[in-house]
Amino acid sequence: MSATQIFLENFLQALAVGIMVGGIYGLMCLGLSFIFGIMRVINFAQGDFMMLGMYAAFYLVTGFGVLSFMGPYVGPFAGAILAGPILFVFGFYLHKFLVSRVTGIRVVSAEAEGHYAQLILTLGIALILQNGALLLFKSQPVSIRTPLSIRAWELGPFMTDGMPVLFNQSRGIACILAIAVALGLFVFMRRARLGKSLRAAADNPEAAIYMGIDVDRAHRIAFGIGTAITAIAGGLVASTISFQPYVGIEFVVIMYAGVVLGGLGSTMGAFMGGMVIGLVQQMSTLFLPHQLQNTAIFAVFILIMMFRPQGLFGRTSERA
Amino acid sequence: MWGDPRRTRRALVIICLVALVYVAVLYWVEGSYYHSMITLVGIWAAMGISWNILSGYGGMISFGHASFFGLGAYTVAILFIQLGITPWIGIPVATVVGVVAAVLIGIPTFRLRGHYFALAMLAYPLALLYIFEWAGYQEEALPKRDDASLAFVQFTDHRIYGLLALALLVIGLLVSLRIEQSRFGLSLLATKQNEPAAEAAGINTWAWKMRAIMVSGAIGSTVGGLYAVVLLVVTPNTVFGVLTSALALVVVLFGGVGTLWGPVIGAAILIPLSETLRAEYGAMLPGIDGVAYGAAIIFVILAAPDGIFWNVRDWLIKRGWYTRPGSEGIEPPAAGTSDAEKVEQLSSMRRAEPAPSGGATMLEVNGISKQFGGLRALDNVTLSVTEGQILGIIGPNGAGKTTLFNVMNGFMPPNGGEIRFLGESLVGKKPHQVCARGIGRTFQVVRAFPRMSILENVVVGAFAGSKDDDEARALAYDALVQVGLADMAGALASGLTNEQFRLMELGRAVASKPKMLMLDETLAGLGAIEIERLLDVVRRLRESGITIVIIEHTMQAMVRLADEFVVLDHGAVIASGRPDDVVKDPAVIEAYLGKKWMERAAG
Repeated sequence: MSATQIFLENFLQALAVGIMVGGIYGLMCLGLSFIFGIMRVINFAQGDFMMLGMYAAFYLVTGFGVLSFMGPYVGPFAGAILAGPILFVFGFYLHKFLVSRVTGIRVVSAEAEGHYAQLILTLGIALILQNGALLLFKSQPVSIRTPLSIRAWELGPFMTDGMPVLFNQSRGIACILAIAVALGLFVFMRRARLGKSLRAAADNPEAAIYMGIDVDRAHRIAFGIGTAITAIAGGLVASTISFQPYVGIEFVVIMYAGVVLGGLGSTMGAFMGGMVIGLVQQMSTLFLPHQLQNTAIFAVFILIMMFRPQGLFGRTSERA
Repeated sequence: MWGDPRRTRRALVIICLVALVYVAVLYWVEGSYYHSMITLVGIWAAMGISWNILSGYGGMISFGHASFFGLGAYTVAILFIQLGITPWIGIPVATVVGVVAAVLIGIPTFRLRGHYFALAMLAYPLALLYIFEWAGYQEEALPKRDDASLAFVQFTDHRIYGLLALALLVIGLLVSLRIEQSRFGLSLLATKQNEPAAEAAGINTWAWKMRAIMVSGAIGSTVGGLYAVVLLVVTPNTVFGVLTSALALVVVLFGGVGTLWGPVIGAAILIPLSETLRAEYGAMLPGIDGVAYGAAIIFVILAAPDGIFWNVRDWLIKRGWYTRPGSEGIEPPAAGTSDAEKVEQLSSMRRAEPAPSGGATMLEVNGISKQFGGLRALDNVTLSVTEGQILGIIGPNGAGKTTLFNVMNGFMPPNGGEIRFLGESLVGKKPHQVCARGIGRTFQVVRAFPRMSILENVVVGAFAGSKDDDEARALAYDALVQVGLADMAGALASGLTNEQFRLMELGRAVASKPKMLMLDETLAGLGAIEIERLLDVVRRLRESGITIVIIEHTMQAMVRLADEFVVLDHGAVIASGRPDDVVKDPAVIEAYLGKKWMERAAG
């Protein structure tokens, strides 16, 4: 086999992994876009929301075994989805009691629009979540086991005496579920009455108030949804990697990169942005040493902000 | 108060006191554990100062100060391990590395604003982290040099590290104080509060931001270098990790953003708190220190969202133990002459310079066009301004008047055409460069620096026309006299009436010693009496030799003020000439009153 052929095979394999990883990243970014893109809150704790989602899924499936009746094939994915409602409640009340005190209309007049207070508050929340998780769940890495994670679907081979392109089954299903959740959310935001009022509260909170929308409640719900979506993504990731309480920080930058890439305020864009990040990460392994795959993400992230600050899919060119 | 020698003296005294307390505590407590803790307080306070200079004073929030810290630490470690160079040399080299890194980071990243800047800064240290891991620098341990411990900054007495950290902290505080009290600090503050206004007032915002990140990077890398010496081991995660960046900003946010003492207060409380918690409970309940730390941060930020410095200060003021320096009022810099005489003096001084009625062309606008997408905001606009005249640019809403100003003073480039001021082309010049050539401007929506005093607001404008800070102060005061706000010089700008806002902005523009002033709807929203007073000020400025271009959409006041009119409609000049003629022009009446009205009036 020639070098070109080997490269081509590697390329197809990286593309396959990139799409699957990208789908899950897309869902993570979608969650963050509710919080950062819509409410403009820089949330350092987003990675830890994801970590909570992972542990929620873990305890549902393995720890307490609530879902063991579903078996090793359905259980892990049901656990990931169920992490959503649990973390929605968490996010809803977190916003109600803490986050709302440094965000929203009342702080717009504060210096730097209250960003300092938001930053430090979410940093504080992140510290509590990480270290609280360490206390409760211990530092031992855990993972959700499913027989699917060592099985793969094969496509090809496309060339004589070549290797087929492998699709890890656990990742594949996670990606399909991620896309399904994302689609469900788009429909909800476009069609449902609540979804529309969330969008209105995001676009122009003041006008939304005059239109009779309870903006505070809308923000609470948006924050809850953002938390839940990221948690589901976390639950899906949990069936493919092992994790410990500090895992969130690794994903924070990936999430922000995806959201900015997609364009602030665009939920569809955030999903696509996450997808691009997954692809860049996997494709970079074709040219760069494995350890530098995240450096490639940051490089792309910075380049995009330089030359297309409105993001790849954003409509406005606002930079503030 | 900016540039107040009393405040500087007081701050210097407090710096000495803090240093004494630090040394006293260092030598009072026993055991290397406590000595290390105190050293860490000094290190993180200095790191906080580094962050504060860029993000507190400059307003550009950075999540990535670990870049500087880590590069400094690795510079010292690698020089020591691979080349055997002592940290006494390594640390100054780290300082230089910090400056270079700051320039390399600043050039691309200053194109971004707000959230985007903050997030881009987050990416740099993480990228560096992976690069250093990949390059094989996972754990760099500084070798023991018992043979020459002093020469290699290795001490068995850990208090000496504390003293080194203190030295760095004091240097950081002095640098901060110097910045606060000079035009550096005020320019940064103005840029942070309102960047376009600062640009238009003649401040080269990019250059000041660059200086800020260079100073910040230098301090950050120096601190990182010292950290390597103290801890003896450098790993990518400890120096480039998110927690390093976070700690730098947390100590400042906790203590008080943009204040001299914020970083010190924050570090002095938070570092011992977290260290103690970790030592007491860390083994039994791993993570309990982090939880308590997080809870403390949340509690303080909800109770004191601007940092505890301000709460302490307000509390002291309420008790009467502290007075804000400068709040007693402003002394006129030059004693002897009364303000009224001064007005006269200033006017005659200027009048003696160029002949106001010279009739020479000062500004030529030739065929300027500006398009926003499909909209032609300016369509082949041509006009000229004669020295010493008041030119009124009038037109209905949306005629392109403000766009014309924005193009003229460099906020946006024209799509075509020429602008010449005293023979020199202005196209492609930045606002601060336009200002430096003698064109001042005010804004339709007043762009004040709300958290600064009136005098400070005007001083910002005076930097363009002055060499040193004292001269700027004097110029600013003169400008305030000219617009009639001298008695309120020390008041905060946030509490002014609309008229005072307009006057202050006028003062800021005058303080840059402009040859020409561009006033954007200076009369908007004012009552009849206020308009009269403002017209008087504008006339007086003209008499003092300043050429004036003014935008208005109300005719009445303008007819009495302007020597000549240019009428814009839909981005094009539809008439120009003497006010009396222009108001009778059918095209102008149509633009203002509408075709239907004309037909009805005619019919």
